[in-house]
Amino acid sequence: MATAEVTHDAHDDHGHHADAGFVKKYLWSTDHKMIAMQYLVTGMAMALIGGFFAYVFRMQLAFPGVDVPGFGIVSPAEYNALVTNHGTIMIFWVAMPVLIAAFGNFLIPLMIGCDDMVFPKINRLSYQVFLLSAIVLVSSFFVQGGGFGGAWTAYPPLSAVSAYNLTPLGSTLWVVAVALEFVAFLLGGINFITTAMNSRAPGMRLYDIPMAVWMIVVASILFMASVGPLIAGAIMLIFDQTLHTGFFDPAKGGDPVLWQHLFWFFGHPEVYVVLLPALGFVAEIITTFSRKPLFAYRTVLYTVFGTGILSFTVWAHHQFISGIDPRMAHIFTITTLLISVPIAEMMFVYIATLYRGSITLTTPMLWALAFLGEFLIGGVTGIFLGASGPDIFYHDTYFVLAHFHYTFFPIAIIGSFAGLTYWWPKITGKMMNETLGKIHFWGTVIPFNLIFLPLFVLGQLGQHRRIYSYEGFGELMRDDVLLGMGMQDLRILATTALVVMLAFQFVFFLNVFLTLRKKEKDAGSNPYDANSLEWLAPSPPGHGNFAELPTVYRGPYEYSHPDRKAKGTDFWPQWEKE
Amino acid sequence: MDWIVHASTYADSVDNAILLITWLVGFWFFLTLGIFFWLIIRYRAKPGVDAQYLTGGEAQPKKFITWIHMLVLVCDVFIVVAAIRVWVEVKQTLPETPETQTVRVIGQQWAWSFVHPGPDGQLDTPDDIKTVDDLHIEVDRPYIYELTSRDVMHSFSVISFRLKQDAVPGRVITGWFQATKAGDYMIQCAEMCGIGHGLMPATVHVETPEQHAAWQASQSGGAMLAQAGR
Repeated sequence: MATAEVTHDAHDDHGHHADAGFVKKYLWSTDHKMIAMQYLVTGMAMALIGGFFAYVFRMQLAFPGVDVPGFGIVSPAEYNALVTNHGTIMIFWVAMPVLIAAFGNFLIPLMIGCDDMVFPKINRLSYQVFLLSAIVLVSSFFVQGGGFGGAWTAYPPLSAVSAYNLTPLGSTLWVVAVALEFVAFLLGGINFITTAMNSRAPGMRLYDIPMAVWMIVVASILFMASVGPLIAGAIMLIFDQTLHTGFFDPAKGGDPVLWQHLFWFFGHPEVYVVLLPALGFVAEIITTFSRKPLFAYRTVLYTVFGTGILSFTVWAHHQFISGIDPRMAHIFTITTLLISVPIAEMMFVYIATLYRGSITLTTPMLWALAFLGEFLIGGVTGIFLGASGPDIFYHDTYFVLAHFHYTFFPIAIIGSFAGLTYWWPKITGKMMNETLGKIHFWGTVIPFNLIFLPLFVLGQLGQHRRIYSYEGFGELMRDDVLLGMGMQDLRILATTALVVMLAFQFVFFLNVFLTLRKKEKDAGSNPYDANSLEWLAPSPPGHGNFAELPTVYRGPYEYSHPDRKAKGTDFWPQWEKE
Repeated sequence: MDWIVHASTYADSVDNAILLITWLVGFWFFLTLGIFFWLIIRYRAKPGVDAQYLTGGEAQPKKFITWIHMLVLVCDVFIVVAAIRVWVEVKQTLPETPETQTVRVIGQQWAWSFVHPGPDGQLDTPDDIKTVDDLHIEVDRPYIYELTSRDVMHSFSVISFRLKQDAVPGRVITGWFQATKAGDYMIQCAEMCGIGHGLMPATVHVETPEQHAAWQASQSGGAMLAQAGR
């Protein structure tokens, strides 16, 4: 495929020298903004696939054996593959590309005031490897035996031995896709870190870097530091699958629990890898729309680094009951609960930012506030799971599932929509429709809670995850457990809310469509009177971003400064000298 | 928690730890959420009212944040202590009384096999009773289980006992339980184990000593018949 593009590209060059051809402009670009769009569009397409999977398996759970419209009757093997790939896609092919790669690429050069990434060709390669990984993953659904169904955590021996998982090709393609995706993000990460450290506009000190950039940089560091062991693990797993080595096979002297350590050593920092960019967007948005400086900027920064370091010491809380030495659970309970301190601090600092502000509830602001409210539920329910004793009960129940959806949904979906609606005028030069934006917001957030609050209840009643149908489990088919509803009613409620939420996403696409069709670029360069450098560049920014590269005189959150109020304005852009 | 049956000696300990966390976490949750919504409503943009320039660098707000930290940390200490106490009770102590019996639990794709000691109370003797998907135990008698797997990871979970432990091929993991209420309770597999993961419902039958003896008699009778037939 790559060679085909090269020849096409060369051919185009002969044709029109002045106007770059379609391929060169959209597929072979080294411009950070175009690469950001490539990641964004691919990520959103994968989100539609992941959302469709959720729809299919939720239908099966609510109405066991039903002929799901658009899919058909779900077999147990298909159910497992749907659940597995829903998780894999949403984390690795939606949250990562949209939050880190798309926004990282778009925002970092604009917010630090430079013209492009320091390694534009590595950046292009990063997207190409990512696209390849997405193609490999999607192709794994169509091979003989179907897609991999051993859960997104892929514990061996199930994932390692085709006689056990019955998806010989699907499971290998799955691991290959994940490994390729890691390569793509290693290539991207080195760019984000290097660019933010080396290409800042003159005058921008470390403490003048906007939080969104800091968060993406720290996330990239966490990713790069944690993914190595898992890449090694993935290669061992591929060897076990294809060459029949025995890294994870006890009969050959291997150890299946080794994989769990490698996986979660990456897997827990990964939560913070996607959390931090979303927190960064929220910092930009709540300061802009409450016209307040970010409360305790330096504290937030130290907290981010503290959380990052601590996140490397908590992984085995996923493995309390997996057969590790029980004494280990004490250490990991303590480290896990310690992480509640910086995360609580972050929450308090963000909420304190609202204090004595002047809050305007625009669509991006609603998304940002919803992020804080919903993530709070995700955060506090994590305490139950990080505590070893209670985890004996909660492990692998729907309580866990509801808990991490209350973290990942705010991160991946609410965070992405917050960023997207906030920077949309910069990306396209056009303002989105606020009414449609708010309809989409409420149509997403209300059903979201109606999906996952019932699942907390089901988890509390002992319902386990990844079960294709609960009809064989008498204790999980009880009547009248909550407000007159039985357990099956709760499942139907969650599924109905999911269908409603998915339907409301069309409002978003309608809004995008209507905005793009507008002829007039009505956004201007700084529609929100915001301070950071991206609002100096024209909307949309052209090649090279800034007409003249800016100089920075102050931090990014100087809103409502008394000196400026005297001059009749409440913001003080980073690029203005006086 | 009266949501679900508690039928083992440590079910209440687990529930109490959960309850403690619920209270502590619930306090913080509702407090934070309350302040959050109050701030949003209280400081909505109004004409003529400007935002105040508060960077959080001042000594006063810093003190405020430090104070909250200490409180969160104290809550953490309570939770850690409660969690570890339960953990030690469930996972790190084994009953050593003479009436303790041992059962073997083996996970496989996709069923649970159980090896019970026969009337002699000892495993690996001719009167051992092997069953599939039905575990028979006596109420109020402590049991040690030896858990393993024949193929992939499984997880032996009895929700009513608050018991859960992964079964790992190549390892024998030892744990214990003591049922407190007679009745039939559900066993689920709690670790994805392949296509039939959802099709592994099994039952633990908690029986009175008389019922248990009767069950043993019916089983050993069968075994003897089988031996005679051979």
